[in-house]
Amino acid sequence: MDSSIGVLMTYPMSDYLEQQLQKRFNLFKLWTHSSHSDFLKNNSNSIQALVGNTKIGADAELIDSLPKLEIVSSYSVGLDKIDLSKCQEKGIRVTNTPDVLTDDVADAAIGLVLAVTRRVCECDRFVRSGLWKKRDFGLGTKFSGKSVGIVGLGRIGSAIAKRAQAFDCLISYHSRSERPETNYKYYSSIIDLAANCHILIIACALTEKTHHIVNREVIDALGPKGILINIGRGPHIDEPELVSALLEGRLGGAGLDVFENEPEVPEHLLALENVVLLPHVGSDTVETSESMADLVINNLEAHFLKKPLLTPVI
Amino acid sequence: MAARSPPQAPHGPHENQSTDLPEVLVLKPPPVLNYFGDDFSKKFRFLKATESPLPIDQFLATHARSVRAVLCSGTGPRINAEILRLVPSLELIVTTSAGLNHIDLAECRKLGILVANAGDVFSEDVADMAVGLLIDVLRKVSAADRYVRQGLWAAKGDYPLGSKLGGKRIGIVGLGRIGSQVAKRLEAFGCSISYNSRKRKEFVSYPFYANVCELAANSDALIICCGLTEQTRHMINREVLLALGKEGVIVNIGRGPIIHEKEMVQCLAVGEIGGAGLDVFENEPNVPKELFALDNVVMAPHMAVFTPESFQALRDIMIENLEAFFSNKPLLSPVMEE
Repeated sequence: MDSSIGVLMTYPMSDYLEQQLQKRFNLFKLWTHSSHSDFLKNNSNSIQALVGNTKIGADAELIDSLPKLEIVSSYSVGLDKIDLSKCQEKGIRVTNTPDVLTDDVADAAIGLVLAVTRRVCECDRFVRSGLWKKRDFGLGTKFSGKSVGIVGLGRIGSAIAKRAQAFDCLISYHSRSERPETNYKYYSSIIDLAANCHILIIACALTEKTHHIVNREVIDALGPKGILINIGRGPHIDEPELVSALLEGRLGGAGLDVFENEPEVPEHLLALENVVLLPHVGSDTVETSESMADLVINNLEAHFLKKPLLTPVI
Repeated sequence: MAARSPPQAPHGPHENQSTDLPEVLVLKPPPVLNYFGDDFSKKFRFLKATESPLPIDQFLATHARSVRAVLCSGTGPRINAEILRLVPSLELIVTTSAGLNHIDLAECRKLGILVANAGDVFSEDVADMAVGLLIDVLRKVSAADRYVRQGLWAAKGDYPLGSKLGGKRIGIVGLGRIGSQVAKRLEAFGCSISYNSRKRKEFVSYPFYANVCELAANSDALIICCGLTEQTRHMINREVLLALGKEGVIVNIGRGPIIHEKEMVQCLAVGEIGGAGLDVFENEPNVPKELFALDNVVMAPHMAVFTPESFQALRDIMIENLEAFFSNKPLLSPVMEE
């Protein structure tokens, strides 16, 4: 690999990825420069590739400031932080990391369902506080056999459905289009889906259409015994509406891996027992981080060796 | 198993005035009575030892001389030979647990006393809890939730990486009703299943290990789903845990004493195993305080069956067993000799 090829990494997303990029390319690390604009002014002509993630991707401004940019290789499957039309316009290739993280994110979704319904984190807090010596804990809610509604039946949504089926759950879904090859029940309206399931799991991509797809109406349809799980993107849910629904008891509980303005989490949620809060760790395992990094590297190498990209989006 | 001879006429302090309802002895009220006591007292007269000032042996000698059935739980006094001697007309023990370690089964067999347990009613809930604990330990759910609640995500940045569940080798210790449900669930996550049991199970395609140490050596996680017996007491000891290894995870939804707790705590403290998810402990509700300092341990207060659904099903099967017995019909969930 030609180590004069300049690659800009936007965020310290993975030590392993950093090392691998350093070995092969001329690596620039955006976060190590206090003034991004100065850094870009001085180095923009040396940068042919950008590696971004869910925190800092490639918006129009950044793309415009890199005139030699040929490829954006995202360390994520989600593309909401990339200005795809700008990339299309400028002929810039885009790759992401599908499939390698599907299992982990689906596992995190079910982990959140179990944590909320069976009150696992609450139990752990209870025991650690010494309260078990003083009183009994109380009841959770059974997960097996419950109705699960999935928003977005893509790779991750399907993997969630497969796992929930092993718990004898009834699966229904809402998607852009019906998937008749599955035998899950389809709802063309997310409100109908919410009204007809006990546990609603958000697993779709974030687009203009799905921004705040879970609003007050949907939350109310899910109801005071309903559980909402989000392993998609924070902006899928109208966060202030979610908070007030939880505070007022209009929603039974929530398991959230993502938030509208990470790493900020609404203060009210921090005091609630019926929520489980994760710091966007859906694909954060040692194994998957390495697979994702390898996919980023392999896509970049393929591009610069003029071979077909492995997981192209554009 | 031959039943004993018919009882004498009932007498002594009872729950309510009707003498038509059959009498059931309760040494310590099982948790299910806290939620559904009324459903039971419509059909049975409870003779409650805990509501008498007398010590148990005097209470039984005075009041339980003709009682035919006892309702007990895994957390009450042990139904041993001494207790059985004090209730000479006892013909049936109904326990709200799946576990039988609190009942002297050999003595029951000798005396011709029938035993019924909870059967399969909460196998799913217990299996769900086992999976929930395993995912929590591997993916650090409780620890990461603590991290967020303490405001550390904004202050300190990204949380350390967890470990992928898919592809892990799961060793199930005890492939009974609960163990089978655990296996079924974890297969859907892409795990491979092996097991150790008293003997190899027919018609089961999972690899069998006759020796639990060998199972541990070939597993990334051990899930304890067996009952507590003389053979399984402290079966999971330092040797087994070292075989499981530094990345290995242990989950216990069986009984605390199956694991040698002191040795497990020591292994966790020095990093000889990777983590633990524990619903049960050797001396509940006491939990070794060394565990409180560890982020790779997730603890629950013996509540794998504590859901309204399991309790309702438990209430139903307990009542059905007692009703069947008192109308000379077969029990629904008799404990069979193996």
